[in-house]
Amino acid sequence: MCLAVPGRVISMAERDETLMAQVDFGGVTKDVCLQYIPDAAVGEYVVVHVGFAIQRLDEASAQQTLANFEKLGILEEEFGDGFELAARQAGVDLPAQAYATSEGIS
Amino acid sequence: MAEATWIGPIPDPMPGPAPAAIDMDSWVCPAPLRDSPAIVMGHGGGGAMSAELIEHLFLPAFGSAAQAEMGDSAVVEVGGARLAFSTDSFVVKPMFFPGGSIGDLAVNGTVNDLAMAGAVPMVLSTAFILEEGTALSEIGKIAEAVGAAARTAGVKLVTGDTKVVDSGSGDGVYINTAGIGIIPDGVDIRPERAEPGDLVIVSGDIGVHGIAVMSCREGLEFGTTIASDCAALHGLVAAMLATGADLHVLRDPTRGGVAASLNEIAKSAKVGVTLVERDLPIPQTVRDACGLLGLDPLYVANEGKLLAIVSPEDAEQVLAAMRQHELGREARVIGACGTEHPGMLVTRTTLGGTRVVDLPIGEQLPRIC
Amino acid sequence: MKYLDEFSNPDLAKRLIEEIHAVTTRPWAIMEVCGGQTHSIIRHGIDQLLPDEIEMIHGPGCPVCVTPLEIIDRALAIAARPDVIFCSFGDMLRVPGSDRDLFRIKSEGGDVRVVYSPLDALKLARENPDREVVFFGIGFETTAPANAMTVYQAKRLGITNFSLLVSHVLVPPAVAAIMESPTCRVQAFLAAGHVCSVMGTHEYPPLTDKYKVPIVVTGFEPLDILEGIRRTVLQLESGRHELENAYPRAVVADGNQAAMQMLNDVFEVTDRAWRGIGMIPGSGWRLSHAYADFDAEKRFAVTDIHTEESSLCRSGEVLQGLIKPHECEAFGRECTPRNPLGATMVSSEGACAAYYLYRRLDMVQAVGG
Repeated sequence: MCLAVPGRVISMAERDETLMAQVDFGGVTKDVCLQYIPDAAVGEYVVVHVGFAIQRLDEASAQQTLANFEKLGILEEEFGDGFELAARQAGVDLPAQAYATSEGIS
Repeated sequence: MAEATWIGPIPDPMPGPAPAAIDMDSWVCPAPLRDSPAIVMGHGGGGAMSAELIEHLFLPAFGSAAQAEMGDSAVVEVGGARLAFSTDSFVVKPMFFPGGSIGDLAVNGTVNDLAMAGAVPMVLSTAFILEEGTALSEIGKIAEAVGAAARTAGVKLVTGDTKVVDSGSGDGVYINTAGIGIIPDGVDIRPERAEPGDLVIVSGDIGVHGIAVMSCREGLEFGTTIASDCAALHGLVAAMLATGADLHVLRDPTRGGVAASLNEIAKSAKVGVTLVERDLPIPQTVRDACGLLGLDPLYVANEGKLLAIVSPEDAEQVLAAMRQHELGREARVIGACGTEHPGMLVTRTTLGGTRVVDLPIGEQLPRIC
Repeated sequence: MKYLDEFSNPDLAKRLIEEIHAVTTRPWAIMEVCGGQTHSIIRHGIDQLLPDEIEMIHGPGCPVCVTPLEIIDRALAIAARPDVIFCSFGDMLRVPGSDRDLFRIKSEGGDVRVVYSPLDALKLARENPDREVVFFGIGFETTAPANAMTVYQAKRLGITNFSLLVSHVLVPPAVAAIMESPTCRVQAFLAAGHVCSVMGTHEYPPLTDKYKVPIVVTGFEPLDILEGIRRTVLQLESGRHELENAYPRAVVADGNQAAMQMLNDVFEVTDRAWRGIGMIPGSGWRLSHAYADFDAEKRFAVTDIHTEESSLCRSGEVLQGLIKPHECEAFGRECTPRNPLGATMVSSEGACAAYYLYRRLDMVQAVGG
């Protein structure tokens, strides 16, 4: 139910009063119905499932998520296992902030 | 630059509760013919169902008239010469696709079957089954493609046949080609010859033909620059043989893709085959198309590529010769044969996990899940 | 593909895996709801890379697996009609009904076609005004907007030879039903990312509150799955049970309002029997009264259906995570991917098919094969 992939809107046109778009998925292009993201603009990324754009792809958020993953090893180095072990042994609930990614928990 | 070195062993078996007693034989023996009284499309997919049809219906019926396993190409001894003899039928829809047509496939498909036995292709027959009502202009274009492909491949079209079936009975044009080639002395190329330690080489990008055809199939159309890789491979094979290397196995991964071919070889030779996912040459465009439709490139057909299984000592020189040839410029090692998991094809994923790549059941279909 | 391929980066995956190992101190049973997530886990071998303490239970989020047997049988009966062009996503073609599947129907002369999008089926209806075109509208909330728009279009454009056979199922009632089961072992859920792209996340905090389980909205690429697991484990280890969004690039809390408005107009909530699990109240959508004319169930009053599930099949218990596939007596014997008794063995991400593939490798290795 979940095979949906991100693509870039390269052109839009109304067909039978429905907003359609040509979406570029890198090596392939496909006709996609844009009616559910009516304010999409050319150049934006959308998530496409069975020929329909079901949500925007938030590029900034994608970059942020990847940046967070990059930081993961570094966090370990800063705090180290000792910190974690000590906290556990002390029976202390580690503050969520120690592990939260900078985008927060929503 | 050629890396004929290999990866480490597969990780330890996954821990977990001991499974209930399972009949180990049932994992590798072909399952009984599905409980279907009629042919279904899956029987033509090049996967497990096709194999079952041959093993459980045709071979028993042929009885002692059948020679061995009836693989892609048969070797026949005639007056001291070893001939390769092969036949193939072409029913592709659509008949014209980016990069080629059913005509090109009909010639190159059989030429390649002969080449995979190490034979020099000599002659082809061409039999056409034409559906009443098909435009003569279409037939003309296909015939021209057949002629051009035969000239390029250097084979003669020596005999043929034409039949017409009622409108609605065929599907435009069906073509059968049969071919004969001569196997040079000392050449012994058979799937059974794959040995533990052998390396698996692919001649170039995979998944191209199948995606090219799918891009214009009704209901699935998408825009792409991908064109079929349809080509005759005997020149490439000749260059590989000219190195003096003892090629163990050659296979062109057509229907069912690399997955089907390597599964068949693994079963024939009773070796385990392991691929390294990050080494698979899959063009970005093929990846994207597969991502869109939910297909696995390992199961997508190729029409101008070959798999070669060679000893590690021969791999370097074979790769060098391949890369000198226009159809083998991107040749590389993608896997190896071993003693673990005999009869099975397994991939080491880019993440470091392991994944069994089973024989496709029927045809691979786009999915939404 | 941009914003997709980056989320398979093996180096980042390694870091995430190490993180998960570092923070896991106790056994946890986590259910990934969506079949697409199961597929990704199997495909990349993620399960093998997690710490031993983490058990991934494959959830019922595969519409192929849970579409009620009765609806499959209805679909088969409709597809068999000579006046019908029956269109479906590829996933459904091999799902066994009481005694056949869509492939068999096709072999018996039924006009069964695979499409990528329901709009392709509508196009067929316009191009074939003298035939009835029926689209098999299965799926979770992710697919419902596409099906809704298609039938909305059909109504608006007056395309009367089109109808929809609807079998939509909803995730939140399924999560509740799983947690209500007295033998439930699930301690946390990876919620289906693309379902939430459509529906938002507001349905889940009531579930985390009531059942005291963490629910982390998770994507499908390897890094997304690992991140979802990482955040889930962190919650479990610290005794929290909250809703988290680990897929913010494609999920916002309010979902897609335009889609939800359409869903509200075209569908209405109904009780739905989930194959293998049973009736879950309010867990499905059917066409609303305003669209009754386009309901294939009403248009084709199919009466002579005898629905009978295989007595051997225990897929329901598998779907709820109560037994592992190999604990079913028919697993690997009467029931294999080639001869599936139930839907969990058909779908490439059904738990039984997944087990058949990757568990087979462990067992071959365990036996020293």
